[in-house]
Order: sequence, then C-alpha cells, then structure tokens
Amino acid sequence: MILNLERFLATQQPTWTELERLLSKLEAEPDWRMSLEQLRQFHLLYERTAADLAKISTFSSEPQTRAYLENLVGRAYGELHETRERRRRVFPLKWFFQTLPQTFRRHVRAFWLSLAITLGGCAFGAFALVLDPQAKLALMPYSHLLQDPAQRVAEEERATADRLAGQKASFSAFLMTHNIQVSVFTLALGMTWGVGSAIMLFYNGVMLGAVAADYIAAGQTKFLLGWLLPHGVVEIPAVLIAGQAGLVLAQALIGWGQRTRLRGRLRAISPDLVTLIGGVGVLLVWAGFIEAFLSQYHEPIIPYTVKIAFGLVELVVLILFLTRSGAAPRTGRGQEDAPAPKDAAGTAKGCARL
Amino acid sequence: MRATVKTSSLQIRTPEGIVFSQWLAGPVTRWLAWLIDLACIGALLTVVGQVAGILGVLSPSLAAAFYVLGYFIVSIGYGITCEWRWRGQTVGKKLFRLRVVDAEGLRLQFDQIVTRNLLRFVDELPAFYFIGGLACWFNSNCQRLGDLAANTVVVRSPRILQPDLEQLLAAKFNSLRQYPHLAGRLRQRVTPAEAALAAQALLRRDQFDPVPRVELFSALAGHFRQKTPFPPEATDGITDEQYVRNVVDVLYRAGTEKAIRVAAG
Repeated sequence: MILNLERFLATQQPTWTELERLLSKLEAEPDWRMSLEQLRQFHLLYERTAADLAKISTFSSEPQTRAYLENLVGRAYGELHETRERRRRVFPLKWFFQTLPQTFRRHVRAFWLSLAITLGGCAFGAFALVLDPQAKLALMPYSHLLQDPAQRVAEEERATADRLAGQKASFSAFLMTHNIQVSVFTLALGMTWGVGSAIMLFYNGVMLGAVAADYIAAGQTKFLLGWLLPHGVVEIPAVLIAGQAGLVLAQALIGWGQRTRLRGRLRAISPDLVTLIGGVGVLLVWAGFIEAFLSQYHEPIIPYTVKIAFGLVELVVLILFLTRSGAAPRTGRGQEDAPAPKDAAGTAKGCARL
Repeated sequence: MRATVKTSSLQIRTPEGIVFSQWLAGPVTRWLAWLIDLACIGALLTVVGQVAGILGVLSPSLAAAFYVLGYFIVSIGYGITCEWRWRGQTVGKKLFRLRVVDAEGLRLQFDQIVTRNLLRFVDELPAFYFIGGLACWFNSNCQRLGDLAANTVVVRSPRILQPDLEQLLAAKFNSLRQYPHLAGRLRQRVTPAEAALAAQALLRRDQFDPVPRVELFSALAGHFRQKTPFPPEATDGITDEQYVRNVVDVLYRAGTEKAIRVAAG
C-alpha cells in the first residue's frame, strides 16, 4: 500500500512539531521538570508519533519522513523509558561519606580477593629476594630501591639539606597523577576478565614484598615503617580498591551464578565502578601530599615513632571510614546499610540480608 | 532487539513494539574524530603550558605541579566533560556528526560516560587505539571495550529536518492528473517498492552526476510509461525527470479513498 503522504503529513505534522519542541527543551534544559499534565501530554505525543512510525513502516513511503520519525521516537523513548535516577545536583560530602564506603562494602569480597592476590605477590617477592638476592634488579625496577638499605638509611639520616626543597609541589603532583593512572589502568584491565587486574595487583605485591624483605633483612624495619606507613597505608589500599573495581568489572563480564544478561550486569555495576575509582582518586591525592611532604623526611628531622604513629592513625581512620561510614543506625541484628543493587530496569535486585 | 551480526545500524524495539534504528559509526570515522579531539587536547595543553609559564615566574615548583596536574586533568577530563556537557559529543564527534548513546536507546548517564572514557587506557594499547579498533571491528555494534563496559554505542546523527513534500511532489501543474482514470490505473499497477524507488531517486537527484542522473530517470520514466501509457498530450514536452515527479505526485498525493482513510487514521 502506498501512503497518501500529503494527507499524512498535513494531519500529523503538528503532533511531531510539538514533540520535537518538548524534546529540544528537555535536551537544552536538563533541569527542567515537567508537570504531571505536561508529562501526560508528552507521553501522548510519543505514542502518536510511534504509531505514525509504525504506519509509515508498514506502508511505502519516502525515507526522509521515516528517518525523521525514527529520530523523534528514539529521542522520546530515551526520555520516557529511562528509570535510572537523574542526579540533578552533586553532593560531594554525601558521596564521599556515604556512597563510597557503602559501595566498597557492597563489593567487599572483590576487595578481599584483591588483597589476597597482592599478599600472594608480596610473599613471592619476599621469597624470591631471600632465595636469590641477585634478583633484586629484576624485582625492583626503580634505581633508588637498588641501593643497599643500610647505606641508604645512613645517607638519609646524615642529610642536612632538604633534597626536595623547591620540588615538593611538583613531586607531589607527579605522584598523584602517576598513581591514579596506574589505578585506572588496573580498573580498565578488568576487561581482560580480570586477568590483567590480577597481574597488576600481583606485580605491585611482588615489588612491595621484595622491598620489605630487603629492608627487614638489613635490620632497617623501623626506617621501612617510618618511610612507607605515612603514605602507604592510604596508597596501597587505594590500589587494592582499584583492583577491587577491576575484579567487579570482571565478575560482571563473566557472570558466574547470575541470570541477568551481560548488558544488565554491566549496567548495574557501572555507577559502582565510577564511585570506587573516584574514591581511589581522592585517596591517592592525599597519599601524594603525604609522600612528598612527610614520608621523605626521616630522623633526626622527624622521629620515626611520630611517622609510624601517624601512619597507624591514618590506617585506623581509613578502616573505620570504609567499614562504618554511611552505615544506617542499627535497628536490628545484622541490618544491611547499603541499598540493594539495581538492575537495568531500575528494580531492586535481591533483598537486604538479615 | 539487537542485531546479532555486524550491521550498519542498531535496531531497538520499544515495549510498544515500535522498531527504530540508529546508524552506527564505523571505526575509521571514529578514529578521524579522535584525531580532531587529539588536536583539541593539544591546544588545551598549550594553554596550560602558557599558564604554567606565567606561574613559573612566581614558583617553578608550583608551575611544574600545575602543568603535571593540568596535563592529567585535560587528557582524562576532556572526553568526560565534552560528552557530558554536549550529550555524548566531543568537538571531533560534532564535526563528524557522531554521538555516544546508550546501547538500549535510554538516556546516557554520567557513569557511562566516565566508564567509557576511563577504559580508553586499555583501548588505546599498544598505540593508536589498536585494541579498541580491533574490538570495534569484530563487535556487531562496533563497540570498543570502553563502550562494551559502559553499554554505549557511537552512532551517526545527521541533521534530520521535518520532511518537505515540495522537494518530492510536483509543485504546480501535473499533466497526468488530466486523466483520472489512467492515474487510478497507475496507482493500481505500481507496487509500493516501485513507488519508494521513484521517491528515493527524486530525493537524491542532486547527488547524481549529470549523465547517470539522465539515464536513471530515463529508465524510471520508461518503466512507468510501460506500466500505464498516457496519451502523448500528457507526456509530450516534459522531461523524464518531470515525468517521474508527476508519477510520484499521483502515487503519493492522492491515493485511493481507502488509503486516505487509513492515512488519516
């Protein structure tokens, strides 16, 4: 059947024009909220236009009208059928103190796995160094780590001049950006079904374990703790959380024991990935400051006990933050504080654990 | 409903059963758009470098820190900011009329934009988006890894204006209408596919080179003349293209009474 285009356009064009006007307004003003009456009208216009598209697909017509209607229906469909919440304002404090720790706890098993892989790497690095000290060159690619620990400690403690004078800000910026890049890369490698993220975590663990074994074997444990703890207690968990995010991504890709299809799984974890990597960024900015302005200064400038105590306080605060912050007041035994994850349709998936 | 084989369009079926399609952008166009974006990032970094140079007068360390942070923020934040601000477009995508959209036709979310931009770290390995390009090449919806993780696709979004019948139909006198019984017979004999073919030829007439254009409309006019011959008085003195235009006008502007009723709903 051939459609009478003139009649069709004449009767339906006002509907399309009005729908296009509303869509343009919605797209130009994201904060604009329709009243219930406007919403009804919008829905009606969408349904009429969708019906016109169905009609024009059934009858023979010219392609421009069809393309125009497809464009309108596609835009309106996105506005009408979206069930995910549109955040109109950003609340940084709420995000940091509630959303971030809740998201961390929701995927805590991935964090434990991330920690286990890193500890495995630490053990491997430490054993490799103890069994074969010649492997130091391969295990620690950074030149300042290749020096004999006792000699380095002696040099650091003898130093009277500030080695980082006039460079602290740039050194701090370098540390922040470099560590954030490594963390984002660790997250992104989750796309390799988690293999890449696991390798990154293991490799980090190998370096850490080798350095720790080297300094402990040389009897420089106190220096090691004073040097690493102030920034390490934040930096290392940040990398672990990046690994956690990578493993969450891998879990969604693999989908073991989940009936949701791949798109639904990825859609459900996408906000969590962004939250976790955002948190990693914040933690690494802090760690960058501490590493440049505190960690590189040793006795007699700053006593090791002060640095170790500072590091331990940071660790306790971080643990409390990740395990307690954003938790709802307990009204019953084992009440879950985090909201249940939502699937693609925005419906709650699974119920709170009791 | 999604295509399971590699196609040039992504078809989405709404719960109402309506199917609409989005034209997928190919890897080459996307790569060209990325080159434009790379130039934009380079320009922004030049500005950052200039500001850092001015700051260097006050404190070289602060200037270096500013440049390192600026470089990082611009290189990661450019795509995120542009795509969020311009609903899935960057400067390069705007120039090539591309747009990032949700793979299921829903509204693009901020977390999707961040995810697809962060996963560039893997897509651009080892250089020049080799992994992303490969993924794009083999994926049925031309998605790189970042698009897969974020549930997004990059589509072509040409400027689509309201349909203009004057482009298509005979504007003034149509000699074929002088013979309503023959016009009725023409409508009866022409299939919808033939009608659509003639309409498309008219709409795209300016895209043809002169000689193929004359040949195409000559073939079409000959075909329609054979379907329903009109007296010489109706066809003498008009070009083949005008003849096809008159035929399309007869077919689309005045259908049978039944078609009119259906069209009017």
